[in-house]
Amino acid sequence: MSEIKDRLVNGIVKENPTFVLALGMCPTLAVTTSAVNGLGMGLTTMVVLALSNAIISALRKVIPDRVRIPAFIVVIASFVTIMQFILQGFIPSLYAALGIYIPLIVVNCIILGRAESYASKSPVIPSLFDGIGMGLGFTAALTIIGGVRELLGAGEVFGIRVMPASFEPIRIFIMAPGAFFVLAMLTAGQNKLKAVLSARGRDVSKIGSGCSSDVDCANCAENASCAHKFIDTDAVPGESLEEGAKRREAEDKEGE
Amino acid sequence: MSDLRLKVSSNPHVRSSVTTSQIMAAVVIALLPAAGFGIYNFGIWALIHILICVATTVLTELLYELMLKKPITIGDMSAVVTGLLLALNLPASAPWWIGIIGGVFAILIVKMLFGGIGQNFMNPALGARCFLILSFTRIMTDFPDIGDGLSGATPLGQIKAGLPVNIMNMIIGRTSGTIGETSMIAIVIGACFLILLGVIDLRIPGSYIVSFVLFIIIFSGHGFDGAYISAQLAGGGLMLGAFFMATDYTTRPITKIGQYLFGIFLGIMTGIFRIFGPSAEGVSYAIILGNLIVPLIEKITYPKAFGRGGERI
Repeated sequence: MSEIKDRLVNGIVKENPTFVLALGMCPTLAVTTSAVNGLGMGLTTMVVLALSNAIISALRKVIPDRVRIPAFIVVIASFVTIMQFILQGFIPSLYAALGIYIPLIVVNCIILGRAESYASKSPVIPSLFDGIGMGLGFTAALTIIGGVRELLGAGEVFGIRVMPASFEPIRIFIMAPGAFFVLAMLTAGQNKLKAVLSARGRDVSKIGSGCSSDVDCANCAENASCAHKFIDTDAVPGESLEEGAKRREAEDKEGE
Repeated sequence: MSDLRLKVSSNPHVRSSVTTSQIMAAVVIALLPAAGFGIYNFGIWALIHILICVATTVLTELLYELMLKKPITIGDMSAVVTGLLLALNLPASAPWWIGIIGGVFAILIVKMLFGGIGQNFMNPALGARCFLILSFTRIMTDFPDIGDGLSGATPLGQIKAGLPVNIMNMIIGRTSGTIGETSMIAIVIGACFLILLGVIDLRIPGSYIVSFVLFIIIFSGHGFDGAYISAQLAGGGLMLGAFFMATDYTTRPITKIGQYLFGIFLGIMTGIFRIFGPSAEGVSYAIILGNLIVPLIEKITYPKAFGRGGERI
């Protein structure tokens, strides 16, 4: 159980995809014009994320390493298509509001990122809950951003008028620039909150995205056995990224 | 060599006895004719807006620095200039809280969060004005009637709608508009004061205005029509923007050639916004857009270090 709880807390608080990892910025900025849109987008993404994480985890020993990205995309795209039809059939208003951003969930980097860094090397149940945790974190972030933007830009939250009638809506908050203002302020706010909490002795540190190295792949203890190196695949163990770049440059010159 | 820790501080490296607060005080004095005419033209509300804006900008800077335990910099007067410029960019009929929202946005978001004086990437007063225009479009474009029977229409709006305008009134400033933009004469008097003191020079305003005039001669469809050109020059925020906001030390290019390029860019953009855009006015957007490309201008006009880049013999 503690593994499951860890994954949930990690996704919602410690590694919140929006406020901490800064992933999936395109839907975050584009669809959060109201709390309802943010909630809808977040929940849709969460379903896709949890199910694709589970399937990818179950298939992780079958998928050849060289074609893993296309294989992940096929799984993710299937779930996105299913979700698109479900939304179109049952919640047409949300389907209309989210528009092009529903099919674009396929290329949402949170989903591919979790598949690559966690689901493809972890068992099915933790992967499922990693997806749910990350999805809930994304949902919470989008709903809060949407709520703040709706409150300031229209004087409402979830379509219910909360500001007094004399409140003049600050229209810029439901336009594109407002998304950046609100995202930046909320990110700063949660950083401050975490600084205060860790000063009081609460553990809010990241627990790692399924990868034991916090630095770069080149300096990772599992470098030799790890199959998921993004960068510097031919690095000499122990050298930093800059050293690796210099070494390769020198080697290229020698080659000429 | 590697033990030598030579530290190069940020520019400017040339020292003089002129201080920031003296320059800013000169700018405030130079803005007084325009502000005074605004109060004469629009009445007591213009004065109230000016006081609210200046108080808000100074207090915001003070509170921010107190809260973050940073050195107090309100003595350099730059917050006063920002507040005054912001007020001159508001319509006198706006509600009182407009200046507070604008002042907090200008100082907190545009200036202090980017590091305070000398670090802002955009003119704070104009950033706030554009924030307010986008947020409260109706309030910010609703100008008061000043008793000439042309309720609320700015001269530029009338030109855009093809109506005749009284150019003499526009030059003196007996027209509608924001508090400080109407009087060309008052603005030019202040600008002359600054030019005589050496605080600003004509590079940016000159290239701005000349390129703007050339642009409207070519593209406005009116050709070389003296009345139309002088109406475009005297109307709207062109004079205030060219002399007082485009010349802001922080957000203009450093090199001379860069300043000419900056001015030409502003002239062209203002022309495009005024003639092809949906709104009659375009100075604010032109200048903040120009502020954003300043780093690129600096990049292409960066002078070569002595001994570099010449032909090899």
